[in-house]
Amino acid sequence: MTVLRQGYIIGALTGALWMVVLSTTAAVAMSFATGDPFRPSIILGLVIGAVWGAFLVSGIGGRAGRWGAAIIIFCVNVLGLGPMVMESSLSSGIVGAAVLSLSFLLSMDRILESCAARDLTRHEWEDVVIRFLTGFGYIFFTAAVFIPFYVMVMTSFKNQSELIQNPLDFSLDISKGWELFRSYSELFGDFNFGQYLITSFYISVLTVIITLAFSIPGAYAVARLRFKGQAAFSRSILLIYMVPMIVLALPIYIAFSMTGLRNSILGIVMIYPVTTIPVALYMLQGYFRGLPGEVEEAGLMDGLGRLAVIWKITLPLSLPALASVSLYVFMIAWNEFLLAFMLLDDPSKFTLTRGIASLNSSEIPRQHLMAGAVIATVPIMVIFLGLERFMTKGLTAGSVKG
Amino acid sequence: MHPAQPMQPTPPLGTTPLAKREARLAWSLLAPTIISVALVVVLPLFAIFWISVKPVSLADLRPPAPIVREDVRGSGDELTIRYRIRNSSQDRLISGVTISDTLPGGVQVSGALPEVCRVEGNALTCILGDLEGGARDQLNIPISADDEGSAEESIEESEPIVTGKGDNVLTSGDFTFENFARIFDGDEFWGVLGVTLFYTVFGTVGALVVGLFAALLLNKEFPGQGILRGLYLFPYVAPVIAVAFSWLILFDPFSGSANALLLQMGAVDESINFFGERPQALIMVTVFEIWRYFPLSFLFILARMQSIDTDMYEAADMDGASPFQKFWYLSVPQLLGILSVLFLLRFIWTFNKFDDIFLLTGGNAGTRTLTVNVYEQAFAVSNIGAGAAVAVVVFCCLLTFSFLFFRFISREEGL
Repeated sequence: MTVLRQGYIIGALTGALWMVVLSTTAAVAMSFATGDPFRPSIILGLVIGAVWGAFLVSGIGGRAGRWGAAIIIFCVNVLGLGPMVMESSLSSGIVGAAVLSLSFLLSMDRILESCAARDLTRHEWEDVVIRFLTGFGYIFFTAAVFIPFYVMVMTSFKNQSELIQNPLDFSLDISKGWELFRSYSELFGDFNFGQYLITSFYISVLTVIITLAFSIPGAYAVARLRFKGQAAFSRSILLIYMVPMIVLALPIYIAFSMTGLRNSILGIVMIYPVTTIPVALYMLQGYFRGLPGEVEEAGLMDGLGRLAVIWKITLPLSLPALASVSLYVFMIAWNEFLLAFMLLDDPSKFTLTRGIASLNSSEIPRQHLMAGAVIATVPIMVIFLGLERFMTKGLTAGSVKG
Repeated sequence: MHPAQPMQPTPPLGTTPLAKREARLAWSLLAPTIISVALVVVLPLFAIFWISVKPVSLADLRPPAPIVREDVRGSGDELTIRYRIRNSSQDRLISGVTISDTLPGGVQVSGALPEVCRVEGNALTCILGDLEGGARDQLNIPISADDEGSAEESIEESEPIVTGKGDNVLTSGDFTFENFARIFDGDEFWGVLGVTLFYTVFGTVGALVVGLFAALLLNKEFPGQGILRGLYLFPYVAPVIAVAFSWLILFDPFSGSANALLLQMGAVDESINFFGERPQALIMVTVFEIWRYFPLSFLFILARMQSIDTDMYEAADMDGASPFQKFWYLSVPQLLGILSVLFLLRFIWTFNKFDDIFLLTGGNAGTRTLTVNVYEQAFAVSNIGAGAAVAVVVFCCLLTFSFLFFRFISREEGL
């Protein structure tokens, strides 16, 4: 361990590892952005990163020295001997090399801050490790989350031959103009996606309204009123919350087949709210408990009935909670797939998720599938980003519904 | 004269009218919820137990029914209405079959009726009695009409009313344990259980660990923190069907970008069939599960982290604790409560998960979990009874988990 605390050693080690991380990231990013082949060279990356790290620790040349080193690495890279191998056009190669050396210059400086050519204290050493891990974490998480969505959006703008020719080329040919949106216009034109969008929207809104209408009085009763079995009741809400949907879906499918409710929006609207009422009730009762009871008692003293108290006092006070619950319920209903898939067969009654499932066949090109995925994702994302504060609260309060 | 007894205030015994009224109000406010949940959750739960001991397949869902087709044949004196009746089921009996139809005006019965039929006014009734499975029957009613063309049209327009009661497996007295025998039979069940446990344990632990790491990253103020937090929640907020298909396309064995990237970087020699082969398919669906649900754990852990008192960390700084020591001796103990709650809840929910695996692999390539097996048995093999039996097994596992959950967790975190 003491060897690792040596300034040069830790500088060289983090430098080497960081160079590998960065060159891999840059290679992946450049490949996705331009479609040209880039790949990291692990061994060269390790060597160059180690030398640079040690050099930074030594502090020779100060600022000018660091920039000089960055320029040397840039040139080496362009010549093809750097940590990133480029078998591509010169222009994208230069951009790639510049991106790599610049990002390394800036980030490595931060990581090795307060790192000098001597034995480091435990604090300094751990700080370096933490900064390295933090940098790695940002890159790792951002890439892991971003790439699938990036692929989803970009694939939807491509056509079949482009996709097969080079699966890595996600660059957009802007000159095609509106032709880029062909998958979307076909989905809305020939596949009835406009209709699905409307169906999904009004099913979700109805679900929210029904859920609130049922769960607000229930939550109020559990939170405020005393009755036998109150504790048992709040427990069984949680229990119901854990019953797997697939277990219920089978009898529901049978019952709906027999009563003719299958293939009807009515059937879906009857089922969806019940799956969300327990969650909503649980979230709301938690919030109601936190409200000051005195305000309601004052209302009761002034001659309001209980229902009037709920309507005139409790609800206005809990608007933020109602907003988060509504958003959360909307999200569940919008994203719901299993029931829609089992209960709806008639293309004229599909929800969006069911519509996308019907695109998953070998006859339909996959840019259509991805365009469908984008159409389903964008509205919920817009709502989410616009009201993130409420959504985050709703998710945390909604416990851990999967 | 006795001195007046001072009034002793006595506490009310039993429930007072006021308390009764309050309880009544509470139950009436809860009634809509209770009724709807009973109808959609509790009733199906009983139904699934009932169905699991029934020899019922997908085709039995429609009870056998008599099907009648009506047409007019011949012309002039030979004009007849023909009713063709058949049993929709191949093997089950329908009893009490009758057909009734209305003869339109201007149409008269002109010859001998079949034995089973009668005419009163313009109402025709035929009593056929029992119809064996797969049986077909035919009735010819000789008629004469004033205007053949319009008569034919109006006869065929009026639908005959047919009644008959089929024997429905779901409500009959047949019981069988074959469904359970079938699903526990052979190695398949234990394979499925093993896959479920692997998926559940690694999916849950992975999502927790990754979520903890993400929460540590975001537990500091920096420009763009809000944006990153929003971005990291994307996998959870997006519809599962959208992200599952994106993964499928990203990891496609023939034209997926991931394979192209790996090949180009020289990491692999030939493209990998990520979702189509053992054992990587199971690993991939577990990774997908972690990817999709780490935002949830990260959100909860972050919320808990931000509520930890900063005084403690300041005191630790004064005492010279290093960053790792602060994490290990201060943060981790503070987070243990939320971590264990998350673990149990996520464990149950991962165990219940169906959509993700169903969309990614359809349960093929060694990724069939118990929940996927419910669907597989009920709809792919068309054996509803066996599907229900698997569902009963799932439900029993769930009951065990919930018992543990309430045993160990209800004291924590006020859940």
